[in-house]
Amino acid sequence: MSLLEVKDLKVRVEEREILHGLTLTVNPGEVHAIMGPNGSGKSTLSHVIAGKPGYEVTDGQILFRGEDLLEMDPDERAAKGVFLAFQYPVEIPGVATMNFLRTALNAQRKARGESEFSTPDFLKKVREVAKSLNIPQDMLKRGVNVGFSGGEKKRNEILQMALFEPAVCILDEMDSGLDIDALRIAADGVNALRSPDRAMVVITHYQRLLNYIVPDFVHVMSKGRVVKSGGKDLALELEASGYTQFEDAA
Amino acid sequence: MNVVLAKNETGRALSESFAVARDRLPGGGKVAEARNTAFEAYERVGLPHRRLEEWKYTDLRALMREVLPLAAAPDAAALKQAAAAVKLQAIKGARRLVLVDGVFAPKLSELEGLEKGVTVRTLRDVLETGDAALQTQLFTPDNANPMVALNSAMMTDGVVIEIANGVVLKQPLQVIHVASGATSAAMFTRSLLRLGKDTGVTLVESYIAAEGAKAYQAHDSMIVAIGDNSRLDHVRLVEDGRDAFNISSAVITLGAHAHFNTFGMTSGAAVSRYQATITFAGEGSRVETNGVNLLNGRQHADTTLFMDHAVPHCASREVFRAVADDRGHSVFQGRIIVRPDAQKTDAKMMTRALLLSDDAEADNKPELEIFADDVTCGHGATTGALDESLLFYLRARGLSEKEAQALLIQAFVGEAIESIVNDDLRELAIAAAQRWLEARA
Ligand SMILES: Nc1ncnc2c1ncn2[C@@H]1O[C@H](COP(=O)(O)OP(=O)(O)O)[C@@H](O)[C@H]1O
Ligand SMILES: [Mg+2]
Repeated sequence: MSLLEVKDLKVRVEEREILHGLTLTVNPGEVHAIMGPNGSGKSTLSHVIAGKPGYEVTDGQILFRGEDLLEMDPDERAAKGVFLAFQYPVEIPGVATMNFLRTALNAQRKARGESEFSTPDFLKKVREVAKSLNIPQDMLKRGVNVGFSGGEKKRNEILQMALFEPAVCILDEMDSGLDIDALRIAADGVNALRSPDRAMVVITHYQRLLNYIVPDFVHVMSKGRVVKSGGKDLALELEASGYTQFEDAA
Repeated sequence: MNVVLAKNETGRALSESFAVARDRLPGGGKVAEARNTAFEAYERVGLPHRRLEEWKYTDLRALMREVLPLAAAPDAAALKQAAAAVKLQAIKGARRLVLVDGVFAPKLSELEGLEKGVTVRTLRDVLETGDAALQTQLFTPDNANPMVALNSAMMTDGVVIEIANGVVLKQPLQVIHVASGATSAAMFTRSLLRLGKDTGVTLVESYIAAEGAKAYQAHDSMIVAIGDNSRLDHVRLVEDGRDAFNISSAVITLGAHAHFNTFGMTSGAAVSRYQATITFAGEGSRVETNGVNLLNGRQHADTTLFMDHAVPHCASREVFRAVADDRGHSVFQGRIIVRPDAQKTDAKMMTRALLLSDDAEADNKPELEIFADDVTCGHGATTGALDESLLFYLRARGLSEKEAQALLIQAFVGEAIESIVNDDLRELAIAAAQRWLEARA
């Protein structure tokens, strides 16, 4: 069974249709890249998969392991293994990162009927993951993303991904705002999570990221549709010729 | 007795209650006279109602439908119930003073080994046998306010604490008001805390109910005098039973170069009002007040503060936060007066309301009266719901709607709790907020 199936999805925001019938099938172990110019609807797709309010699905469906994802609350989706690394992670003053991580992890575990992590086990796990992502401990004591640089926010997203061990990871422009070193660290973090059971959907504007996270499939999105799909070479082709040809096609 | 101008059924019942109780109330002579004067003052207005400007959001004639008989002195069963409730409030090292159903309970209190320069007496004792000056001080709150007047007339017990010059207490003083709730009753308490010069004290007051307590009415008042160069840290937690009334007043006076840091949080009671007057009587003093209302169901909580800048070179900071869910109704009335002499006053007031439902309400009435020209004064207010984008982020990480709200409410309230200096008291406040959050989950 496919892990994630988006079928002929049509989405409106404030009476305007943004996605016009988008189809995407993701199987376990696969890494898909979605590329496309600004405004083509990449973040909209990621938000609808995660369950953000304010989007109206007028047609089509999204199945996760055959179950109707659109019927589920965002937290239910998270507990089932859907993870979105946000393009713009929010700052949450007054909520310490550690407390947030523990609350979230235990909420997911509880929803799955698993036992809660003990404090020492939890701390050990967070420290390990944080270390591998070059995240200093004092960052975890601060409010969620408060006073974090753009790169730190992105790394915090990857940290959560590593901690929650989701089945499908959607990474929305995780490369934006990262310099080459930060990008490499983040990409290593993502690559470490690749596994035969897990799928990744890497949304990006630039081909550069795909040198580090090498995809199995590349989809080109334009004006709310997937206009072309192919192997990893498609990204290089796109790098050479730009998006213009697809914008005409759309 | 004077002409009764305004009275409803409840008001009349209170008059009868006083008539019946009068002879049993502690104190004769001057004290009894002062009680009569106070009761006459109360009767001229009766229970406050919305046509009185100060009470327009808290109409006790509409809210207080019945008057309860004066509480009886607690019996062994009541004390046992109260002792169990007090356990939740335990703070290591604190000197605990417990009032059960408005009566000082020596068995639940710790009076042994009082630090040098500290005296603790009961209000009853002071009214019956105390010196005249102290008795006079106990009647200083202004009877123009009918609920203060009623309290002056009816007060039965409380604690009277005096701190001698130069005494700095390492451990907090903890006054706990417990309603045993065996029968529905009203209690009237008054306490006094007098800090000499160069002192340092931490005081925590809690209002709680024993498990399964019946509806009750707690009427309390507090008189605080902070001497020159002294500092009082104060925490006040109202966790009364959900059917209870808590009508409390405080009169706080600061000498010169004194510091008063106060935190108040109301998460209990059906209807509560806290009216405090803070007066700067000496130059170079500072007050920080942080208040929080945590309300749901049909809870109504009113905090009415009057900051009186009577002398120059004083600073006050007031921050008040309201969290209201369901049909909760939060009221904050903040009046600041800067008198003609009070040059270089620096007074700021801020209110922030978080409304969790369409039916919740937060009323905010700032009043600044400035009669000096060289001052810095200001106030601001915000009202809003929880940030949707933050809620979604948390839910996308697996938190349920209630859990996500709880985390953001904790953060909102946490900013106020941060103002508490003492670690144990901060924990106590966090635990109280947590109990409110858990009860709504
Ligand atoms: N909340 C919103 N309200 C109105 N329009 C929106 C909203 N979010 C996205 N859009 C519009 O939808 C289109 C797709 O946006 P988005 O999904 O962010 O694209 P991408 O991530 O590919 O840059 C854009 O035209 C954008 O203006
Ligand atoms: Mg985007």
